[in-house]
Amino acid sequence: MDWKSIGLKVGLEIHQQLDTKKLFCDCSSELCEEVAGTFVRKLKAAEGESGEIDLAAKETAERNLVFRYEVIRGSTCLVECDEEPPHALNPEALKIVLSIAKHLNAEVLDEIHVMRKIVVDGSNTTGFQRTALVAVGGKLKVGEKEIGIPTLCLEEDAARKMEMEGQEVTYRLDRLGIPLIEIATTPDLHTPEEVREVAERIGLMLRATRKVKRGIGTIREDLNISVGGGARVEIKGVQELNLLPEYVKNEAMRQLKLVEVSKKLQERNAMVVDKLFDVTPVFAGSNSKVIKSALNSGGKVLAVKLIGFAGLLGKKWEEMHRLGSELAQHARVFGLGGIFHSDELPNYGITAEEVARIRELLALAENDAFVLAAGDGEKLERGLRAVMQRARVAIAGVPEETRDPLPDGTTRYSRPLPGGARMYPETDVPPIRVTPSLMADLIPIEEFEEKVARFSREYGISTEIAGQIIRDWRDLEFESLCAKFPAAISEIARVLTNTLGEMQGRGLDVEKLSQPVLEEIFCAYISGKFAKEGIEKVIEAFLLGAPTIEKAIEKSGVAKLSVEEVEKVVEELLAAHPEIKAKPNPEGALMGLAMAKLRGRADGKTVNDVVRKKLSGSPQV
Amino acid sequence: MNYEEFLKQKGLEPGDVVKIDTITGTVQGILMPHHEFSDEGVLVVKLKNGYNIGLAIEKIKGVELVQKRKTVREEEGSVERSPELPDVAVVGTGGTIASYVDYHTGAVHPAKSPGELVKAMPELFRVANIHPEILFSVLSEDMDVKMWQQIAEKVAEKLRNGMGVVITHGTDTMGYTAAALAFMFTSLPCPVVLVGSQRSSDRPSSDAHLNLLSAVRFAASADVGDVCVVMHEGTSDNRCAVHPGTKVRKMHTTRRDAFRTVNAREAGYVDGEKVVVNGNLRKPGPLRYDTRMEERVNLLYYYPGMSERLFRAHFEGAKGVVIAGTGLGHVNSRFVPVVRDYIRQGCAVVMTSQCIHGTVNMNVYSTGRELIRAGVIDGKDMLAETAYVKLMWVLAHAGNQDEVKTLMETSIAGEISARREV
Repeated sequence: MDWKSIGLKVGLEIHQQLDTKKLFCDCSSELCEEVAGTFVRKLKAAEGESGEIDLAAKETAERNLVFRYEVIRGSTCLVECDEEPPHALNPEALKIVLSIAKHLNAEVLDEIHVMRKIVVDGSNTTGFQRTALVAVGGKLKVGEKEIGIPTLCLEEDAARKMEMEGQEVTYRLDRLGIPLIEIATTPDLHTPEEVREVAERIGLMLRATRKVKRGIGTIREDLNISVGGGARVEIKGVQELNLLPEYVKNEAMRQLKLVEVSKKLQERNAMVVDKLFDVTPVFAGSNSKVIKSALNSGGKVLAVKLIGFAGLLGKKWEEMHRLGSELAQHARVFGLGGIFHSDELPNYGITAEEVARIRELLALAENDAFVLAAGDGEKLERGLRAVMQRARVAIAGVPEETRDPLPDGTTRYSRPLPGGARMYPETDVPPIRVTPSLMADLIPIEEFEEKVARFSREYGISTEIAGQIIRDWRDLEFESLCAKFPAAISEIARVLTNTLGEMQGRGLDVEKLSQPVLEEIFCAYISGKFAKEGIEKVIEAFLLGAPTIEKAIEKSGVAKLSVEEVEKVVEELLAAHPEIKAKPNPEGALMGLAMAKLRGRADGKTVNDVVRKKLSGSPQV
Repeated sequence: MNYEEFLKQKGLEPGDVVKIDTITGTVQGILMPHHEFSDEGVLVVKLKNGYNIGLAIEKIKGVELVQKRKTVREEEGSVERSPELPDVAVVGTGGTIASYVDYHTGAVHPAKSPGELVKAMPELFRVANIHPEILFSVLSEDMDVKMWQQIAEKVAEKLRNGMGVVITHGTDTMGYTAAALAFMFTSLPCPVVLVGSQRSSDRPSSDAHLNLLSAVRFAASADVGDVCVVMHEGTSDNRCAVHPGTKVRKMHTTRRDAFRTVNAREAGYVDGEKVVVNGNLRKPGPLRYDTRMEERVNLLYYYPGMSERLFRAHFEGAKGVVIAGTGLGHVNSRFVPVVRDYIRQGCAVVMTSQCIHGTVNMNVYSTGRELIRAGVIDGKDMLAETAYVKLMWVLAHAGNQDEVKTLMETSIAGEISARREV
């Protein structure tokens, strides 16, 4: 695919959790599984700044949801419950963002104002997310290209969505309020691979502050994607860096397909009839499970008439980029599952005869299509009205919208794109004047490439190894261990890369190897308690459950033997293999046998000395 | 230069769309009103993406007016009356329970017309024909005795027109107003409900919607002739508690369920369409009220180390003093003679407790016994605030000191409980 020719434009928004307390209260930002209690709330779409209710907020509120919130002790207080006003903005979090802003050569604003961004999907108990624009106009060099960073924001993370049952959505409050830095790029990324590269690059830069959280879900990307003739579509909350190119590709393809569909619809003068047709009588004796169960519980079957849509809805439900699945997704967000459209019928227990009767009832021409669904009252009507709205938009082209990423690299409609109407000032938090003293003592940020080069230079390790250490967040440990044990740099590098990787691959919990533990191991090694070859064995014994390093040394049997003990082993070997002396290279042969027995318990040089001594000291034949 | 001078000099005002050249670049946006804590030397501008930013005036090279501010839309409009629904007046006195935000000025305006209210809360009009009226718009802490009297007159007017009455009120002193109305209205044909919100109504999570809806339901349907407060029962948005107007107190600075009935059971609740009354409220009767109050009454909060001078100051020129005493109802024993002197001079002194929960009992310790001998009136388990309001009403109505004592020690509007449940 020639991405340039289709006019692919992608902008990234990276959200990274900062490793501080929460942004507007004194709660810990640790996640927790122990729920202390719950409460329920509803949200109402409030008027936005321009006096209009934001479309996205309104649509969400129309779904009439009830939100249950799980309270977590230690990481939830009255602030997260929206039972107490926010405290002042966390200065440590601000310092981190200011440091990054400076690193990206961005212009820090003179005064920072915290805003309320309306979000009524329940992920914020307040119904808004607090966010502040901190700096504008930054730049990031990736390879030869300079990517613009138009905005850097500091905002609060949302609550964790746990489950959804009917109209009730459960959220956990531990994540709500964790500080996030949001870094937006200009829409200057033109290939799926480039998107991944830039995202990774920004991620590494954030890590270099050492003040961000690590692990799944602590960094999330939003993608703004459009192709020529398409529209800006936002995919929110991608967690897997490696899936970024997939989402970009799939969204580009989806938009191209919709552009094509729209052209055809326009050619056919397509139209959506603004009426819901009651077709319940057609299904009096229906065999369709969905329809039967709806009718049994007093529901009805309604149909939508789509003039000129035949063949464009898609034959198979699962098939991607079909208009049919777009319509279904819009119905789904209003709680209406299982809509049927004429391109896929007869099927699902709906007979050809029933289809023919509907076509007749709706007076459909050959090129016309219909969508039908069964259910009751308001939910059914709302869902089908959403279908009509989506079908109408399809004639014009690709709608701007927000989509949710799915694990298979595709996306699903979530809500309309929020407008500017959703922001108003957070009057409970005073604005912050950015003074020179606030800009002093910023955190130095050493970019990935710089650090790799420095490690390679200062410690004499390869750039690959240096890169791996940094990517694995082991760089601080590495530098600290190297400073303490300068004689063991290559061993340290090996342990932090290969050994840990291997142990992790075997399912061992390498998190147990904290810095103090590693220090103890290298201290024992440097003071001669075991040989270089024994390091892995000691680590393994420790990870397998040895309570202390001392015990791990004992258990792994690598404790270094005294010279006398080595001599005894070599003597025994000589006695057992008298033929050795007759070999062309007796020293090499004996050395081989001895090392096989002593590896890890004596270093090579000692063994070699003993072997040489024993061979020369024995009586000549 | 500060922002006011700057705007004046440039002939600009908040709401104008401007293009600003600074030493670092150009910014276009809407001029915003100044935040109280914003730096004087900073202009606040709303960008197209919705964010507000502060720009230092000293860095500004030039400003260009792009578009003059749009005038704020006035929404009037009316709603057709449904004959099958009851009529409920919603009298605004302040607070932000039903309001919309003017984002040009940043001010929160109360919804004045039915049109505005229906826009803010359409579900209200399915419960009753709502007749909104703004009586005044004051902060709850600025409320005074004259205003209680004005509210009472307005309530009486609405009741005479056959309407139920809901009064929206700032929460800080809503308990005082509720108590005042409870004493002023000796007989009511239907409930008079006070309601407020702990989260302003411009937020999606505001408690205002459930509170106001529940208050209107209660006013429209409860078989009660009393003054009460309807507010969130818990932190959840599912149920509102009904509190008797003389026993209710704001017990938390921020929580939705800040209002609690003290020393009694709650008077009922509103759960969705269900309205439940527990029987602690007066039954409906003909409209009878009298708003006279003796304003020369003080509320004294005693604490260890209080000087005699300050203690005495509360009694100077006062017709009555309510003491929020320690524990069972005490003040420094040295002050007993002081109290005795003022009582002899004709000042009515009522003892209540700062413990809030539980009753006064001055028989248990010697200081208490001396206070009784000095003529201090037993406030029993009345809230100090309620006793303060009641004493104003009683002094305006009683003929002599004995009658004051009798009235103060008798429950007139449910303010005293004979027993306190475990």
